[in-house]
Amino acid sequence: MGDSQYSFSLTTFSPSGKLVQIEHALTAVGSGQTSLGIKASNGVVIATEKKLPSILVDETSVQKIQHLTPNIGVVYSGMGPDFRVLVRKSRKQAEQYLRLYKEPIPVTQLVRETATVMQEFTQSGGVRPFGVSLLVAGYDDKGPQLYQVDPSGSYFSWKASAMGKNVSNAKTFLEKRYTEDMELDDAIHTAILTLKEGFEGEISSKNIEIGKIGADKVFRVLTPAEIDDYLAEVE
Amino acid sequence: MSIFEYNGSAVVAMVGKNCFAIASDRRLGVQLQTIATDFQRISKIHDHLFIGLSGLATDVQTLYQRLVFRHKLYQLREERDMKPETFASLVSAILYEKRFGPFLCQPVIAGLGDDNKPFICTMDSIGAKELAKDFVVSGTASESLYGACEAMYKPDMEAEELFETISQALLSSVDRDCLSGWGGHVYVVTPNEVKERILKGRMD
Repeated sequence: MGDSQYSFSLTTFSPSGKLVQIEHALTAVGSGQTSLGIKASNGVVIATEKKLPSILVDETSVQKIQHLTPNIGVVYSGMGPDFRVLVRKSRKQAEQYLRLYKEPIPVTQLVRETATVMQEFTQSGGVRPFGVSLLVAGYDDKGPQLYQVDPSGSYFSWKASAMGKNVSNAKTFLEKRYTEDMELDDAIHTAILTLKEGFEGEISSKNIEIGKIGADKVFRVLTPAEIDDYLAEVE
Repeated sequence: MSIFEYNGSAVVAMVGKNCFAIASDRRLGVQLQTIATDFQRISKIHDHLFIGLSGLATDVQTLYQRLVFRHKLYQLREERDMKPETFASLVSAILYEKRFGPFLCQPVIAGLGDDNKPFICTMDSIGAKELAKDFVVSGTASESLYGACEAMYKPDMEAEELFETISQALLSSVDRDCLSGWGGHVYVVTPNEVKERILKGRMD
């Protein structure tokens, strides 16, 4: 491929106008575990597969869905360590905003600042792009919001989206199932069904993670017991 | 003489029923000499948010420019106006950044918040906020202003009565202070309009 001559340095465009490192970063995301998010009329749900490399791993110690603020949560597809770094930076930015304005940061502002960080790593010397795409779910004065942020630093607001290994099947499924007036519980059921579509093996509360936020503006990761309840309802 | 008394100033803000008023004197002096009688101490940040700055005139102007700059960027990024409480926190943070070489001003912030609830506050030159439910004062005439406001203020005044009250309080206080006066500038802000009026008092 003629492009490969230009893939060594991040700051070099290839003749086709691409930054090849970003393309490779998106490939890393695309081979990560599936995650998805759905924006309902009264809240947002995000979910991900939690496939651990061995049954000996203590699954309670792994948490893929994280809080950025009390009312904003995030999930990823791609490289876990890169995700941890971004979460740390985003949390700091949210706290700085709070300290300056004594007002919780709006979801769009936090997404923009996180995306700016990711873009900086595509235009600096000696660094590589982050190998994660994020799904940010939040509820603020503008209502429920769901954003996807890519390694390039571009971000999009979605009604429903998926990322990772099973992205095309998941998105097709979501396109069919999504309705504008869906409520949060319906959205959680749809999220579970979407994860089930491409799931290898038996789906259970030990190998998926679900986070939700409703009109109470408190982001929560569901406990395994709650996930079991939803799974039972879906059956 | 204290540096805060170099130029002379008087600023006061009062809360009314779903409205607020903010007023200042108009004198700009260099110690005992008066050099201007139309100095602008109160500035608009947006239609429902005003800030009055007393103290050293150069810092009044510079601080105002910096705050307008920050607010304009905020408006562009967040696509909304700043709430008064948020603005007060911002001013406090900006003043504290210069803790060991401060801006020599004391701001008075007045605005209408959510549901058109009036908000006023003042702070010292390094950002210590003081929220009040009735009135706040600042400047060389502040002691007289405290007395006049305490005597004349009553809660839940309508816009016209609030205008009368704040004007009387301002004029009687600056008359007792040689460094402030030469008229007054009063803004009365209700949810629908901003009324700006110039007062003629003792021109000395």
